[in-house]
Amino acid sequence: MTTPEVSSATPPLAKPDTFLLDGRAIPFTPGQTLMQAAQAAGVYIPHLCHHADFDPIGSCKVCSVRIQGRTVASCTMPARAGLVVESETPELHHDRQRLTQMLFVEGNHHCPFCEKSGACHLQAVAYHLDMQDTHFVHTAPHHEVDATHPDVWLDRSRCILCELCVRASREVDGKDVFAIGGRGAHTTLLVNSPSGQLHDSDVAVTDRAVHICPVGALMPKRQGFVIPIGQRPYDAADIAQRPEDS
Amino acid sequence: MSADAPNHTPTKKLRIATCSLAGCFGCHMSFLDVDEALADLIEHIEFDRSPFTDIKHVSEGGVDIGLIEGGLCNKENVEVLREFRARCTTLVAVGACAMYGGVPALRNGIPVSELVAEAYLGDDLHNPQIPSDPELPPLLNKVLPLHEVVPIDVTLAGCPPPAAAFRELILAALAERAAVIPRPDRHFD
Repeated sequence: MTTPEVSSATPPLAKPDTFLLDGRAIPFTPGQTLMQAAQAAGVYIPHLCHHADFDPIGSCKVCSVRIQGRTVASCTMPARAGLVVESETPELHHDRQRLTQMLFVEGNHHCPFCEKSGACHLQAVAYHLDMQDTHFVHTAPHHEVDATHPDVWLDRSRCILCELCVRASREVDGKDVFAIGGRGAHTTLLVNSPSGQLHDSDVAVTDRAVHICPVGALMPKRQGFVIPIGQRPYDAADIAQRPEDS
Repeated sequence: MSADAPNHTPTKKLRIATCSLAGCFGCHMSFLDVDEALADLIEHIEFDRSPFTDIKHVSEGGVDIGLIEGGLCNKENVEVLREFRARCTTLVAVGACAMYGGVPALRNGIPVSELVAEAYLGDDLHNPQIPSDPELPPLLNKVLPLHEVVPIDVTLAGCPPPAAAFRELILAALAERAAVIPRPDRHFD
């Protein structure tokens, strides 16, 4: 009988696990989602509620991809070795367009006079997806604008319920100013204050929550229309080319 | 003739009707912003009913393209839209108002009676009264985009769409191909 010899040589470096995204091998570290791995590899998957600094919530569904015939949100789906993932297919492109159109008709997205136009993720994703029209019947919701705060204002008719302000206020600002309330089509962004208004909440214009809104819903006051047309973030660049912004 | 104008001679001119419903005429102005290219195009196109002409109705025989700016804010708008739909082979929703109602749709959610009272019965008006002559078209309760009332074939986004989008639309129709509006000419604002 012999004792097996233990090798003293350094084992070869573990190759990172990979999955296939539209035929391209994407490396990932265990625990990463498909979205996180794709972003790290510089591959853009359209999204609105995902942000690299926060845990995913999977509300916008624009990042939907297909795995073995099933549609999943790439922002919440953990990466697994050997997964075969489709993203840039005509069917998913169509679904993403329809989802974006749903968001447009659910709110009052008046890009022609919105201060966020040219810097808005919803608009930029619509451009990226080649959205030509709004397709559905517009709901024309009526919300009072909350302009009670001296430095911050909120137009809920532009809010897409991505919850980024909720997450930023809680996790970065340590304030818990925002919440999502109501049910179904009546779901809205709530302000945690005795009156439900911004002026007696803890929000400050320096809060991350105020600046993370991807659309024109939660905005600092008196900063509209300062960037000339042509120089706004998405005037020349597609949102896929500006991953640092989203 | 400019290099971009079609180099074939169509046997028949492309017939175009245009109108402004709840619009501001800004889309028509942007169309005219094709500037001297219009001189090249005019050899190949012919305007039917349009604010550019004195024709009162879209020809019964029909036209190739109908360009409509503005959403629907009153009953007459709806009648005009239906006439265009019935007589235009390709109906184009032009601009933000036609696409989704636009700025006029800001009145949605406010009762028409309140709006009319504010405008016509306000303080300091001479002889305040709400216009009621039957010749005036009644307002719709909501400003509507065109696609909620009739099927729309093409939408030109923008407030207004840039002149290049109009030009491409017409050049594509002359060449009998689908219009391809590049991203910078396809903005919503």
